[in-house]
Amino acid sequence: MSRRRPYVRPMAGWWRRNPHHFLYMVREGTSVFVGAYAVVLLWALTALADGPDAWSTWLATMRHPLAVLFHLVVFVAACWHTVTWFAVSPKTMPPMRLGGRPVPASALVGGQYLAAIVTSGAILYAAAAAA
Amino acid sequence: MSTRTIHMEILRYHPERGEAPRFESFEVPVHHDSSLLDGLRYVKDRIDGSLSFRWSCRMAVCGSCGVMVDGEPKLGCQVFLRDYGARVRVEPLAHFPIERDLAIDQHDFLDKLQGAGTWLVPAQTLDPAEGPRRQTPAELERFSQFSHCINCLLCYAACPQYGLDPDFTGPAVLSLVHRYNEDSRDAGKAARMELLDAEEGVWGCTLVGHCSEVCPKAVDPALAINRNKIESAKDYFLRFLTPRGRP
Repeated sequence: MSRRRPYVRPMAGWWRRNPHHFLYMVREGTSVFVGAYAVVLLWALTALADGPDAWSTWLATMRHPLAVLFHLVVFVAACWHTVTWFAVSPKTMPPMRLGGRPVPASALVGGQYLAAIVTSGAILYAAAAAA
Repeated sequence: MSTRTIHMEILRYHPERGEAPRFESFEVPVHHDSSLLDGLRYVKDRIDGSLSFRWSCRMAVCGSCGVMVDGEPKLGCQVFLRDYGARVRVEPLAHFPIERDLAIDQHDFLDKLQGAGTWLVPAQTLDPAEGPRRQTPAELERFSQFSHCINCLLCYAACPQYGLDPDFTGPAVLSLVHRYNEDSRDAGKAARMELLDAEEGVWGCTLVGHCSEVCPKAVDPALAINRNKIESAKDYFLRFLTPRGRP
């Protein structure tokens, strides 16, 4: 008769036990803020479609101190979301080659930062020109 | 020349006693070249012969001596005691059932490895008289790093998805599947796609990424798995276009 009695350790609290797993949960958690801000932008779009009054209401709501605080929190979360996903993105892309050599992960990540900066700059420029 | 001692707090488990695992501390001399495995062998040889742990080569080749060192999966032979302070905590690899002390039950991994088709499947029967099948450096590079896996299971101990759902195929087996799928001499990819496509295959991975950081052989399982999500998605949509479905 076997005397084996394999012991299975509980997983409760696993993400608090290891710093890497904690940071993983923070990365995943920031997606909630990114999703919440997508809802705010959708609200802005529907307000635009509904006419000047709805748009003014949305603008006034966004000037409320709590809305400003919400924006600051979402900005920090979105930055962390961006940094962490840019960092792991080379693992998710198909292998790329340039001149017969594989493109290094640092170049792939750097390219995304460059694209993010150029896009953000273009949007800010367009917004400033329209104002 | 021994300069100091260290307290090795080792998780002990004796199945015949019917008690939960508990830590037991042993004082071990630290030499400049003492590995953690040397410390475990010192305990077994000089203090408590009943301590159970796996080891063999002492040079990070056999993959037998994986343990949790202060909560991180490491090979006992690759860790130097000199890098730790007054105490170091040693536990069996996380996410596996404990068989006894630091020895874990490896059956789940071995069963998965056996069922994954991780061997070369040539397109047709080869005649050795035709000589070796040559590959270019570029063809070799596509799978080389994934062939360095020593089945040490550190990546499974680093993967919370495997701990939460033991049905998940896991980092090492999925990396080895990728290794053969990427080999220019192999024709068995279609048969392996069913494993990759499954919920327990690549889609069980949420890119925690710790597997790639703990690998003692610099294999990147997170890369192998997540690149195969693209392959799996392509496979899913291409099946709608092929009249007979999965080959």
